[in-house]
Amino acid sequence: MATDVRNMTLYRRRAVRNRVYMGLSVAAAAIGLGWLAIILGTLLIKGLAGINLAVFTEMTPPPQAAGGLANAIVGSLIMTGLAVAIGTPIGTLAGTYMAEYGRYDKLTPVIRFINDILLSAPSIVIGLFIYEVLVTRMGHFSGLAGAVALAVIVLPVVVRTTEDMLLLVPNTLREAAAALGTPTWHIVMKVGYRAARAGIITGVLLAVARVTGETAPLLFTALNNQFWSTNLNAPMPSLPVVIFQFALSPYENWRELAWTGALLITFAVLSLSILARVLSSKSGGER
Amino acid sequence: MAELSVETSFTSAVVDRTRALKRFALTDAFFRSLTRICAISVLVILGAIMFSLVEGSWLALSTFKLDFVTTEVWNPVTIKFGALSPIYGTLITSFLSMLIAVPLGLGIAIFLTELCPPLLRRPFGIAIELLAGIPSIIYGIWGLFVFAPFLQSHVQPFLIDAFADIPVLSSLFAGPPYGIGILTASLILVIMILPFIVAITRDVFETVPTVLRESAYGLGCTTWEVTRNVVLPFTRVGVIGGCMLALGRALGETMAITFVIGNAHRISGSILAPGTTISATIANEFAEAVGDVYFSALISLGLILFFITFIVLAIARYMLLRLERQAGN
Repeated sequence: MATDVRNMTLYRRRAVRNRVYMGLSVAAAAIGLGWLAIILGTLLIKGLAGINLAVFTEMTPPPQAAGGLANAIVGSLIMTGLAVAIGTPIGTLAGTYMAEYGRYDKLTPVIRFINDILLSAPSIVIGLFIYEVLVTRMGHFSGLAGAVALAVIVLPVVVRTTEDMLLLVPNTLREAAAALGTPTWHIVMKVGYRAARAGIITGVLLAVARVTGETAPLLFTALNNQFWSTNLNAPMPSLPVVIFQFALSPYENWRELAWTGALLITFAVLSLSILARVLSSKSGGER
Repeated sequence: MAELSVETSFTSAVVDRTRALKRFALTDAFFRSLTRICAISVLVILGAIMFSLVEGSWLALSTFKLDFVTTEVWNPVTIKFGALSPIYGTLITSFLSMLIAVPLGLGIAIFLTELCPPLLRRPFGIAIELLAGIPSIIYGIWGLFVFAPFLQSHVQPFLIDAFADIPVLSSLFAGPPYGIGILTASLILVIMILPFIVAITRDVFETVPTVLRESAYGLGCTTWEVTRNVVLPFTRVGVIGGCMLALGRALGETMAITFVIGNAHRISGSILAPGTTISATIANEFAEAVGDVYFSALISLGLILFFITFIVLAIARYMLLRLERQAGN
């Protein structure tokens, strides 16, 4: 009888403790998701208020005047495009070496390790690096320096996904091709890349999403520009840097544009990540 | 006659074949070295980053020597630079944010793996992963315009009043409610690193073999007991690795912090006071810095930041690698 009572109290205590901890877990989920929902909600409300055609067609205005973000949007597109154009080929080839030629090379784990470090290194440090290497040498800030800084961020993302995706390609496919007498480079091109194509494209999209919102490495490489500029040899405006500058200003119209820009960036990043996700689930390469 | 022509066509076929093979081998060697060079370029980039940071910081470090990391003065006018307050700010904001984000993240991960209805599991997981990709400037602008005023008017006065009579806590929560400051920056960091922690711990939790989990349930364990005694011990290395990865991100986070930290070069006992971090100092002052020593001091800050994050990330990667091997066996 006494043990029965003790068992019951023990049982009840365990049940209560379980309920408390699980309650905390649900509360954590509610807090986390609620918090993020509030941020996105505010962004949507404040950003949508300023969306109109002028945002896409007019230049960044002086304080207290009407204007848009056209030059910043174009600057961002140019630098991101160039960064991808530089980073993707190098990254893909590096990933190819790690997954195909150098799979059992002692160097490969080292490269993978360093690449992972580079993947999460603070982006502001990469900005400092490019400043040292390019800006001081050229003597001035430039869109090119900004693009190279972004390329350094694109590179490790592409390396990582290319390697992962090529490693997912079944070895029997390669062996079948090799048995026909196909040279290795041809196997990589016609079997490896073809099978891993969707995955590699996903990696590039993720890399674009990553650099779209990068601000820190652009602050002292591309700097900013109030005017329309497609000259890679001159300072170039970009959406994130304009947002940074406008948000910290005391002018109401600048702040409004900053919110609108923030909404545009978030929208771009989210749609890129969703597109990447759809692509990778279509190819069946779930990761 | 006919035999002869067969012979020549045979030898010419052999010649063609050899030539083709040679061409194949050549292209292959070329492609191989091309990919190898690209792979090595990853190492070169990291080496170049280190080298350029060391080179750039040489002037400041040789001028101030150890004083650079032990003094608090940051005065571009008298050209005296000590990095103690940015280093302190970086460490304290990261520490505070981890203090909140780790339990919160683990809670959400437990919710996702153990409690969440299967129908909602995928959408929630995807939502969390998508949120991990939102650029930090978005969190910064929200923190500055929405969160800081909210804290200033609703939370901070309450904190100051509530702890006014308690010895240690009163100095921790002292001073006027600025809105921006160490606490605000830490809270913004929490929301930024939360998706990372959740995504990684959830993945790690899912590596626990179902058999282990089910046998514990079969013994009559409650969900909490299964989590506490089976899931967490099994995944400890991975969870710590994931948290270190998030810490690496928190340490290097720039834009969100720059908005809400207040950029004050001083160390205050109160976490409500404005401060600064390494990355915020660089972001704020680099483009306007004049003078070689000033520049060099800012690059030295970058070097210190890179050094700290490198160690944290290396430990994190090592731990996650160990887990992968364990799972592979």
